[in-house]
Amino acid sequence: MNPQEDHWLVRPATIRALWRGGLSGLACLVVADFFVPHQPYFGFDGWPGFAAGLGFMACVGMVISAKALGKLLKKPDDYYGE
Amino acid sequence: MESSIILPPALALIGAGVLVPMTRGAVRAAVLLLAPLVCLGMVWLVPVGAQVAVPFLDMELLVVSGTRLGRMFATVFAVMAFLGGLFALNQTRGLELAAALIYAGAAVGVTFAGDLVTLFIFWEVMAVGSTLVIWSNGEAARRAGMRYGVMHLLGGVILMAGIAGQAGSSGSVAFGPMDVQTWPGALILIGFLINAAALPMAAWLPDAYPKASWSGMVFLSAFTTKTAVYVLMVGFAGTNALIWIGLGMVFYGIIYAILENDMRRILAYSIVNQVGFMVTGIGIGTEMALNGVAAHAFTHIIYKALLVMAAGSVLLMTGKSKCSDLGGLFRTMPITTICGIVGALSISAFPLTSGFVSKSLVTQGAAEMHLPLVWYALTAASAGVFLHAGIKFPWFVFFQKDSGLRPADPPVNMQLAMWIAAGLCMGIGVAPGLFYQLLPYATDYAPYTASHVIGQLQLLLFSGLAFFLMLGWLKRTLTITLDFDWLWRKPGVAVLIWGGAAGARFWAELERHWARLLEWRAPNLAPARGWSTGVMAFWTTVMLACFLLIGAFQAGLAQ
Repeated sequence: MNPQEDHWLVRPATIRALWRGGLSGLACLVVADFFVPHQPYFGFDGWPGFAAGLGFMACVGMVISAKALGKLLKKPDDYYGE
Repeated sequence: MESSIILPPALALIGAGVLVPMTRGAVRAAVLLLAPLVCLGMVWLVPVGAQVAVPFLDMELLVVSGTRLGRMFATVFAVMAFLGGLFALNQTRGLELAAALIYAGAAVGVTFAGDLVTLFIFWEVMAVGSTLVIWSNGEAARRAGMRYGVMHLLGGVILMAGIAGQAGSSGSVAFGPMDVQTWPGALILIGFLINAAALPMAAWLPDAYPKASWSGMVFLSAFTTKTAVYVLMVGFAGTNALIWIGLGMVFYGIIYAILENDMRRILAYSIVNQVGFMVTGIGIGTEMALNGVAAHAFTHIIYKALLVMAAGSVLLMTGKSKCSDLGGLFRTMPITTICGIVGALSISAFPLTSGFVSKSLVTQGAAEMHLPLVWYALTAASAGVFLHAGIKFPWFVFFQKDSGLRPADPPVNMQLAMWIAAGLCMGIGVAPGLFYQLLPYATDYAPYTASHVIGQLQLLLFSGLAFFLMLGWLKRTLTITLDFDWLWRKPGVAVLIWGGAAGARFWAELERHWARLLEWRAPNLAPARGWSTGVMAFWTTVMLACFLLIGAFQAGLAQ
């Protein structure tokens, strides 16, 4: 099927717009974080943008850990024969 | 006098479960839908502090003991039995529906149990009921159901040994805070933790639940692990080891869910992950954290059921469960897609959903106790929840590529069950005030502060950014990832086959010697006269466990 005729949500132009909108939304969130009062418990957690950095880094770390574990433990899905 | 009008609320569901196989059509539908509502009414007719005692052997069993915490769990169990029943109206297997209602009723029974014997009886009814729910899905589920049954019978035996020890050493079977430093306390804790799917015994859950039918897994996702959370809260709040056990479950669930291809196994791993948050909160043990645990158990039951219902709808309408076969279903299943996304946002603790107002209490508990490592780990894990359940599940099932499948949304009763669950997720999230009044301790916690909302949005949306940037690494393959259950499915089975044969030879030999011994000096034998009943009960249950294990595995292998 021509991608232009597919559902509007999956057309390349929509996806480009979603990326643009999404990235600007992320930037706005970090900027907004500079203007709200924080009540940190441990120090770092009061820094503007702290949660953005933690969320991103934690996910990158978890995907890499999963990938490494998968190298060791992945088997074809009929491994147990059930 | 007053107590004479209080009936155990569990009876409404258990009685209905017994009736279900004798009914058909509209009558069966009425039983499935009305029994949970009657049960809910009965739950709220039991005042906090009320007790109903029933004589049993030489004991008085507190079959009904009303508490705020128990009432909160019983409420959500009854609501869940209703939603599960509404969703399962098209299920034609009477056995599954009967077992599911009895299983739900037993879960309600646990939340009202005032003593360990009552608790144990309902605990075992749950084990049998849930095993039958899995088993009723036919041939494909038979072996996983057997492994599940054996695991829970083993857990029950350990729990029974602990209860016998507790009764022997303290003379009381009252159910309250217990000492993990004593061996009965430790055994009871292990028995509870097996049902909570704590490591290393977590693998029974992702092994067995996804083998149940499209409707069966909805019931399974709700009761076993959450009754375990309830009894851990009553018995072992503030036990520090639980913090680390819980964090282990949290990260295990995320990593395995990232690797998983089957949508219902992704959701099963995410149950372990979410119960991990609760177990951590129980380990922290402050009023704030325990409120968080109760709140999170309540909201989790509803949003996880919603996710499992969305996955069950996809399974029923397409016959497929692997992400590598699915994708693009949003075109023809818009309602399932929307409801699935509401569940996904709730489990991720997105602001305005139920997960946000419940999970925040647990992390707040860690912050107030000045546990920085725990707080950072829970916060990082919240980002991981969005990654593995919040985006991964809806993305691979409903969007991703166009699989070419064009299934319709499921029948209207299944849609209605999903809409109600989605409505509860949003309602609790938007207006948490009434929900907070159900909590075991009074709280004035305010989840919606500017910094909290912005921080949570950053955490989740940047986690989403990481997901889409690393999509190539997350591509689904036709694989499973070996889990702890490998230990009992591969080397374990081999050892049992060998051990069963060796055991039979040893037993025959023992019988031969025993017969000769009896002939020789029978009058002088005074077997086991000096043993205490606690020790006897312990060894009897240990032996029973061994027999069950060997017998069940041999039966499984022989067929």
